[in-house]
Amino acid sequence: MATTQPLELSPGLKRERRAQQRRYAFYVALVLMGLVAPFVAYPVFLMKVLCFALFACAFNLLLGYAGLLSFGHAAFLATGGYVTGYLLSSYPALTPEMGILIGTAAAVGLGAIFGMLSIRRQGIYFAMVTLALAQLMFFFFIQAPFTGGEDGLHGVPRGELFGFISLRNNLAMYYFVFAVFLFGFALIQRTVHSPFGQVLKAIRENESRAVSLGYNVDHYKLVAFVISAGLAGLAGSTKTVVFQLASLTDAHWHMSGEVILMTLLGGVGTLFGPVVGAGLVVTLQHLLAQSPLGNWVGPILGVIFVVCVLSFRSGIVGEVLKMYRKNFK
Amino acid sequence: MTMIFGVPLAVFMGQLLLGLINGAFYALLSLGLAVIFGLLKIVNFAHGAMYMLGAFATLLGMRYLGINYWAALLLAPLVVGLFGMLIERVLLRRIGHLDHLYGLLLTFGLALIFEGSLVNIFGVSGARYPTPEVLQGGYQTGFMFLPKYRAWVLIAALGVCLFTWFMIERTRLGAYLRAGTENPALMQAFGVNVPLLITLTYGFGVALAAFAGVLAAPLYPVSPTMGSNLLIVVFAVVVIGGMGSILGAIVTGLTMGLIEGLTKVYYPEAANTVIFLVMILVLLLRPAGLFGKEA
Repeated sequence: MATTQPLELSPGLKRERRAQQRRYAFYVALVLMGLVAPFVAYPVFLMKVLCFALFACAFNLLLGYAGLLSFGHAAFLATGGYVTGYLLSSYPALTPEMGILIGTAAAVGLGAIFGMLSIRRQGIYFAMVTLALAQLMFFFFIQAPFTGGEDGLHGVPRGELFGFISLRNNLAMYYFVFAVFLFGFALIQRTVHSPFGQVLKAIRENESRAVSLGYNVDHYKLVAFVISAGLAGLAGSTKTVVFQLASLTDAHWHMSGEVILMTLLGGVGTLFGPVVGAGLVVTLQHLLAQSPLGNWVGPILGVIFVVCVLSFRSGIVGEVLKMYRKNFK
Repeated sequence: MTMIFGVPLAVFMGQLLLGLINGAFYALLSLGLAVIFGLLKIVNFAHGAMYMLGAFATLLGMRYLGINYWAALLLAPLVVGLFGMLIERVLLRRIGHLDHLYGLLLTFGLALIFEGSLVNIFGVSGARYPTPEVLQGGYQTGFMFLPKYRAWVLIAALGVCLFTWFMIERTRLGAYLRAGTENPALMQAFGVNVPLLITLTYGFGVALAAFAGVLAAPLYPVSPTMGSNLLIVVFAVVVIGGMGSILGAIVTGLTMGLIEGLTKVYYPEAANTVIFLVMILVLLLRPAGLFGKEA
């Protein structure tokens, strides 16, 4: 009778396992932090951070992993927000999760159309096309009958989640937003670490090479664009439910610029970068709004933009990762 | 009264003229973008801000230094052009070796700084700049009233466009510029000072935007946000025309202005958006742009 030998893992595989275990431990710690956060900080502020973090993560999927700079992501945020806001205001029987679902679906549809149009051009033209398409949506939102024009939609009811959990309570609302964020983040994490994500990175590094390897590059770009647009819409829809309003601010090109800044500041192409960046930008806006510098938010964001591009291109998380790799590996 | 498809001739021609003037601004701005893009390979997001600075230089020059319109026509582009050269030297040069998307992001940051600062100093509501005396009033032609200033804007803008075309296509300096667009490393090897050429090119492109700003000062309210909304339309114009050709930029700019004017006559609700719709059509039918080379 042969004795059964325990299967030996190769050292490389072992290291890989350990790295993965560390990563999961890190995720668990963050989720725990998210769970206790509303008892430490103001829930409404945290919800704002989470919505923008999801928005920035969605944007980062395109720029960081597919190398596509979209200058029109405000259009998806606003579409999600307006559709959800309109539905929840006009049909009181509709539960908030249904409103959010339909708003997200609208953003996915818009993302499919914009994606098909904009991936016909590359690089800088791609950025200009997305910007122009988003401006088209901005004018549409001003004129459309359901958006409230310049005033926007106010007093959108938060309602009862699944028909029985009242979201009027900020704590309940927070945990719902946190769940939505975790869902979006997990989806992006899966996408990035899947074979699909590998192909996206290949396209980012060398598009013509990916084409010559036989990948249908346009197809991959389009799917990434639609996922990104959908998650941006989800962020917009959730934000509308939290703040009970949808306005033109979300559709303006400043918003498209802000999400770029969040991603750039936190770290393009890192999973947590956009979260950190969103947290910082929202906090900064919050602090500035109360200080005498309240009117200077725009120029200050501009200065951060310039500094980031000139000398801080890896972003905060990118720099931390670099330091970690240099000293601990 | 003569009617064209149910619209009085005078109204029709009036809107067409307005469209043509808008088109002249699109042409001037997209021309500057194309010149800068040719050599630096970046899309200058600060172009709208430079146009706005041109208009502000005109307004403030008159208010505080007593500089009249005609002097401003020369001085404002000069000052803004020098300012642009400074920006190129100090900021853009340092990211020249990186992905060109960073150039777009950097100039976007600059646009936020200029626009936001001026909003804080001067507010968002625009100031009026008086039309120069010589150009007040207008001509009563057989079918429409032609304000003198609008006629002048059209002539000046087209003149500068053609001058730029001549400079780039027919002079030695222009030949350097075109060669630098094709292969800067080889130019450098031939002993041409390419970094200087790049600085001058950026300055010139920006000066074109500032010139448009001076022309616009008596037409539109001078406000800090006058440039950014215009710039997005110009981006669409650039996507439609492609940035490969000087004449292409001029022709596309004017045509888009005319189309916008016509839309204002027949379907005013879509006047804001028609250029974006044309852009979508072009992307569907001819993705490289009307005058663009296939990538």
